[in-house]
Amino acid sequence: MHNLVYLLLRRMRLPLIMVILAYAISVLGLVLIPGVDDQGNPWRMDFFHAFYFVSILGSTIGLGEIPYPFTDAQRLWTMVATYTTVIAWLFAIGSLFALFSDPGFRRILSYTLFTRAVRGIREPFYLVCGLGDAGHLLVHELAGHCIRTIVIDNQENRIQALQLEDLRVYVPALCADAADAATLRAAGVNSRHCKGVIALTDSDPTNLTIAITSKLISPELQVICRSESHDTEANMASFGTEHIINPYDTFARRFALMLKSPSMFLVNEWLTSIRDAPLREFTAPPKGTWVICGYGRFGKALQKSLSFEGIQTVLIESDVERTGAPEGVIEGRGTEAITLYEADIENADGIIAGTDDDSNNLSIIITAVDLNEELFTVGRQNRRSNDAIFSAAGLDVIMQPGTIISQRIVALLTTPLLTDFLRLAGQQGEEWANILVSQVVGVLTDRPPDSWTIRVDAEQAPALLEMFRKGSDVTIGMLCTDPRDLTVTLPCVPLYLQRAADEILLPGNDCVLQPGDQVLFCGRQDTGTYMRWTMHNFNALNFISTGEDRPSGYLWRWLAERNASR
Amino acid sequence: MNLEKVVFAFFIVLALTLNFGFFLGSLDDPNHHNVYELYAALVVSLIATVMKFGDRAHIGAVLLATSLVADLQLIAAVIIWGVTVYGMETGLTPPIMASIVSLSGGALLANIISVVILVTETVMFRR
Repeated sequence: MHNLVYLLLRRMRLPLIMVILAYAISVLGLVLIPGVDDQGNPWRMDFFHAFYFVSILGSTIGLGEIPYPFTDAQRLWTMVATYTTVIAWLFAIGSLFALFSDPGFRRILSYTLFTRAVRGIREPFYLVCGLGDAGHLLVHELAGHCIRTIVIDNQENRIQALQLEDLRVYVPALCADAADAATLRAAGVNSRHCKGVIALTDSDPTNLTIAITSKLISPELQVICRSESHDTEANMASFGTEHIINPYDTFARRFALMLKSPSMFLVNEWLTSIRDAPLREFTAPPKGTWVICGYGRFGKALQKSLSFEGIQTVLIESDVERTGAPEGVIEGRGTEAITLYEADIENADGIIAGTDDDSNNLSIIITAVDLNEELFTVGRQNRRSNDAIFSAAGLDVIMQPGTIISQRIVALLTTPLLTDFLRLAGQQGEEWANILVSQVVGVLTDRPPDSWTIRVDAEQAPALLEMFRKGSDVTIGMLCTDPRDLTVTLPCVPLYLQRAADEILLPGNDCVLQPGDQVLFCGRQDTGTYMRWTMHNFNALNFISTGEDRPSGYLWRWLAERNASR
Repeated sequence: MNLEKVVFAFFIVLALTLNFGFFLGSLDDPNHHNVYELYAALVVSLIATVMKFGDRAHIGAVLLATSLVADLQLIAAVIIWGVTVYGMETGLTPPIMASIVSLSGGALLANIISVVILVTETVMFRR
C-alpha cells in the first residue's frame, strides 16, 4: 500500500504544481486588473471574488461576469485564465488516468491487493505454485472441498483465466516468479494459517527452489512437490519434503496394479477420484505382450513396472542414443505402420503411446488399432486442452499427468487416512479386494463414491462423547444408521479405523468406538452429512441407540421421568 | 549543484519569508498586514507541499508533515478572513485580525521547523 501511495504522489507532483500555479496566476491577475462597478466607479476585485470566479472558470461552469460586468482588460485576462486553468486541469486528470493504465502501476496495484487478500485470510490455506493443468485442477478440487488456496504463476493469462472462473471460495492469485523468496513471503508462506506449499510448476529446478525456500522460511510447513526426474526427487527428499509426486511413476505403479489386481486398482481409483467425474466402466488390461512407444521418462517408468510384473514389452523409440534405450529397441516414431509391423503389433495385446507429443500419441493409437483391432490402448495426454480429441479417440486408458498429480494431492490433503488405508489394503489379496468392491458397488448409484473421515472428539462428535459419559457404547453400525429412519442403513462402508497405535481394516458394524478414534468411510456422495448429524445431535444418536425419541426440554424430560417412575 | 534542491529550498525559504512578512506588525491592526502577502504565502506553501510528495526518506516525510501543518494554518486564516469580510460582513475588527495573524504565526513556526530540517539535512550531506 505504501508503494502505491508513493508512486501516485510522485507521479502527480508536476500536474498538481501546474494546477496550483495556474490558479495562483489567474487569481492574482484578476485582483490586480482595475475594473468598474455598476455606478461607473473604479473598482478592484478582491481575492474572495477572484478565487470564486477562477474556480467556476477552471471547472468550465462559468456563470458570467460577476459581481459587475468586466472591463476589456479584465476580459482579456479572463481568456488567459480560462485556457491556463482548463489546460492545467486536463493535464492533471490526464496524468491520473495515464497512471492508472500504466502497466507498472497496475502491477503494483494487483500486488498490493494480493498481499492484502493474503493477510485477510483467517482460515487454513495452501499455497499452490504453478497453475498448469495439475495446479488448475487442484485449485478447483480444493475449492470444491471449501479449502482455501493462494496461487502464484508466472503467466498472466493463466491467472486471468482462473479469475474469470466461478469458484466456491475466493482464490487470491499473483503473477510472479514463485522461486523468489520475496514472492513466497508475500503469498503468506510464513503466515500461521499457511498449512502447506504445493510446488507444481513445469520445471523441476523451480519446484526444487520453492521447496527448499519454503522449508527454510518455515520448517514445520508441509511441502508437496511435483518432480519428473529421480535426481530432483532424491534432492527434494534430502531436506524433508513431505510428499514428492512423480506423475510417470505414479501412473506406472497404478498401471501395474491394474494388470495385477483389477479390483484393488478400482478401490484405489475410487478413493482418489475427482468428485464430479462419472463412474467409468472398467476393463482389466490383458497380460500379454505390450508395445511401448516412446522411451522417455514415462516409457522408462512403465517399462520398469511392467517387467517387474513379468510382462513382456517391445519398445519403439525415435531417438535411441539420447534416451539410452536398451538392446532390441525398434527405431522409429511409431506413427507409421512399418515401425508397428516391425514391433509385431498384430500379435501384441496392448499399445502404450507415451511420447511427449499429443498428436503423435493419437496418431500411434489410430494406426495401431487399424492394424490390430483387439489392442488395448493406453495414451498419454500431455495437455488438458486436448480433452475432446482424446475422448473422441476412444482410448481404454488415458494417462494425464495433471489429473494424476491433482488426484494424489487432493487425496493427501482431504483424507489423510487414505494413505494408511491404501497401504494396509495393498497387503491384502485380490479376493479381499473383490469382496470390498462388491460391497461398495452395492451402495452406489451412477457416480463414483466419496470418502470421508470422522474423528471422535469434542469438535466433530460432541454427541458421542456425551453418550460415553453416560456409560453407553456407540458402535460404527449406529453411525451408519439413517437418523430419520432406524430401519434404513446409510449407503456407506467403513473402510479403516485408526486408534492410538491400533489399526483395524474394514471394521464391522459392531465395532465399538472410543474417544480419539478416526474412521474412514466410503459411500454414496453426501452421505457424510447425515452421519455428522448423528455425531452432533445427542437426541438423534439416542434415538438410534435406544429407539426412543427422548424429550428434549427440561419440563418434558421431567414429566417423562415422573411417568416412568410411576 | 542540483537544480531540484535549489528549487525545493527556494520554495521552503520563500514560504517562510512571505509568511514572516505578513506576520510582522501589530497583531490586531489590519493596516500592518497585507492581503497580497497572505495570498502569496498560501500559494507558495501549497507548492512547497506538493514538491515533497513522493519523497520516501524519513526527513522527506517530516518535511511533508510540517508543510501540511503550515498549509492548514494558512487556509484556516484565509477562511476566517473571507468569512468575516464577505460572509458575515463584520469587517476586519481587531479581534478577528488578531486571530488571523496568530494563525499565520502558527504557520510561521511550522515554516521555521521546515527550514531548520532543511538546513540540518544540508549540513549533514556536506559532511
